Amino acid sequence: MARLSPDNLTHALEIVGRYPMAKSAMIPLLHLAQEQDGYVTDDAMEHIAELVGTTPAQVLGTCSFYEMFKREPVGTYLVNICTNISCQIMGGEELLHHAEQKLGVKAGGTTPDGTFTLEDVECIAACTEAPCLQVNYRYRHKITIDEFDALVDDLRGGKLAAQIPPHGTLAKVRQHIPADRAAGTADPAGVPEPVWLAKNAEGAER
Amino acid sequence: MAVTEVPKIITSRFADPEGHTLARYEATGGYEGLKAALAKKPAAVIEEVKSASLLGRGGAGFPAGVKWGFCPPGVFPRYLVVNGDESEPGTYKDRLLMERDPHQLIEGALIACYAVGCSQAFLYVRGEMAFAQERIAQALNDAYAAGYVGKDILGTDFSVDIVLHWGAGAYIVGEETALIESLEGNRGMPRLKPPFFPAAKGLYLQPTIVNNVETLANLPWIARNGGAAFAALGAENSKGTRMFAVSGHVRNPGVFEVEFGVTTFRDLLYAPVYGGGIRNGNELKAFIPGGASAPWLYPEHLDVPLEAATVGKLGTMLGSGAIVVFDETTDMVKACLRLVRFFARESCGKCTPCREGTSWLEKILERIVDGHGRPEDLDLLLDVCDNISVGMNWPPKQTTICPLGQSATTPVASAIMRFQNEFEAYIGAPSEITVEVKGPAFVGPVVAREEVTADA
Repeated sequence: MARLSPDNLTHALEIVGRYPMAKSAMIPLLHLAQEQDGYVTDDAMEHIAELVGTTPAQVLGTCSFYEMFKREPVGTYLVNICTNISCQIMGGEELLHHAEQKLGVKAGGTTPDGTFTLEDVECIAACTEAPCLQVNYRYRHKITIDEFDALVDDLRGGKLAAQIPPHGTLAKVRQHIPADRAAGTADPAGVPEPVWLAKNAEGAER
Repeated sequence: MAVTEVPKIITSRFADPEGHTLARYEATGGYEGLKAALAKKPAAVIEEVKSASLLGRGGAGFPAGVKWGFCPPGVFPRYLVVNGDESEPGTYKDRLLMERDPHQLIEGALIACYAVGCSQAFLYVRGEMAFAQERIAQALNDAYAAGYVGKDILGTDFSVDIVLHWGAGAYIVGEETALIESLEGNRGMPRLKPPFFPAAKGLYLQPTIVNNVETLANLPWIARNGGAAFAALGAENSKGTRMFAVSGHVRNPGVFEVEFGVTTFRDLLYAPVYGGGIRNGNELKAFIPGGASAPWLYPEHLDVPLEAATVGKLGTMLGSGAIVVFDETTDMVKACLRLVRFFARESCGKCTPCREGTSWLEKILERIVDGHGRPEDLDLLLDVCDNISVGMNWPPKQTTICPLGQSATTPVASAIMRFQNEFEAYIGAPSEITVEVKGPAFVGPVVAREEVTADA
């Protein structure tokens, strides 16, 4: 497994082309690799290193810093339960303990059938909707224990497949800059003063 | 109470289920601010924003117009980086702004690029916010097609690309220099300031303006209505409106846009249109006024207005507009442990006081909660804090490159200085505190302590 597929390579090159320095595309490309394989493989990191002009060790260095990148397979559904302060005081820890019982794994573990990985995560910015969780980074607000059980059953039964793609896919809508509308990247070594700033020197208010 | 009737500056489209679409945005005044800005000189747009006295909404609260002025003259290209990496515990506003009104943010970014002369913009959205990424990607695609972004915007000579970038899970990347490192493809570790003030040496070591999402979201309104209209709202140096997320033990947790500087904590926690009071008729025990990094406040502070300088004088901050409310049932030792654990997990590891200090604070607090605490542990905790944040003063003295480590000491100092008896109940014995703590929020009025017995 698995360098980027031809389709993903095309998309990767489009992403790289948006940045003045190719290495800036590193995190988006790691996400693309994770979308393809469900986790970030060593082969993908080597491929990314080639694409952004750095070493595989540099790619691993970046990859290993960020919590969302998994370097070994995880469940189809990554269930992230927030236990940070606003959720903690509204039952987030109890929800996590219940989830551990329900799924039969401790936080950080994956169910034997490879369907669920459970994580105990930091604040995910839904504090007024506590306790909250994400499944593959899709929010569920103010979730009760019964609702959690129903969510697990629905996921197991494939009822939410349209809403929640398998782990690795983040945004399903991608930015696309049409060639005829692009202003172009701003090379740090070679862009002069923007033309519109010349207006500042004009005498009269336009 | 001062629940004031003010226009909704940044949340006006939140109730509209189609508010995120270009058609609805245009039908409700969208991109009119950009047109108004493009009709002026860039320098005049900067003056307009300066006259609005718009304070940055990310946490540090620095005036946005002044920050723009720090770019060294004649050095190009300049970049704009939009900080959408919202992750301070308790904070929930930028995600809403990105999901429900993405065009407003894009328009704000365009106005900033025009005023400052930025040749390219990067919109850094937190990795975990898949829906916000989708909404912004769609909005950007639509805005490009309609001629608002890209080459020769609205037929003028103003051209700039806005690139959607997304993170991958690291609180520290919300710090502006760490965000730039991340945007360069590196581990998100902060840079030393000086020399790496982003306005002077930022992205690719070029002048870079890093602005928070909420800060930029205000610009279309300011460009349309003028800085004076914005500055007419609010008080002292806290002008306009501001979003506050009220979470925890209130009846109606929610995100509210209120008049800045005028509304008080009591209004926000108790007014029926806002928090609606403490749940179950319970007593208020404490509240965090500005995100996990902020020293805590207590019932005696309820009548303080949400005004940056006033709250600063109390020895804390409004930070990222995150108010977390604790009622009388809250276990403050466990709350303290959870907050410290957050900072220990999120320390990037670059600076020793933070990397070592936060993890030791967590271990000692865990020992206390597990029932193995020692009477000398409270002094030990404060001693560790003193090594990360000398004197535990406010604003904190830096021993590290960024303020993450100092932030980890605030829940410890807040909890121990106010709720020492709760720690002693866990430890099962009285303790003595000899470490000097200076921050005014930590050493507020002395609270009568309950008798602690060995079998507590």
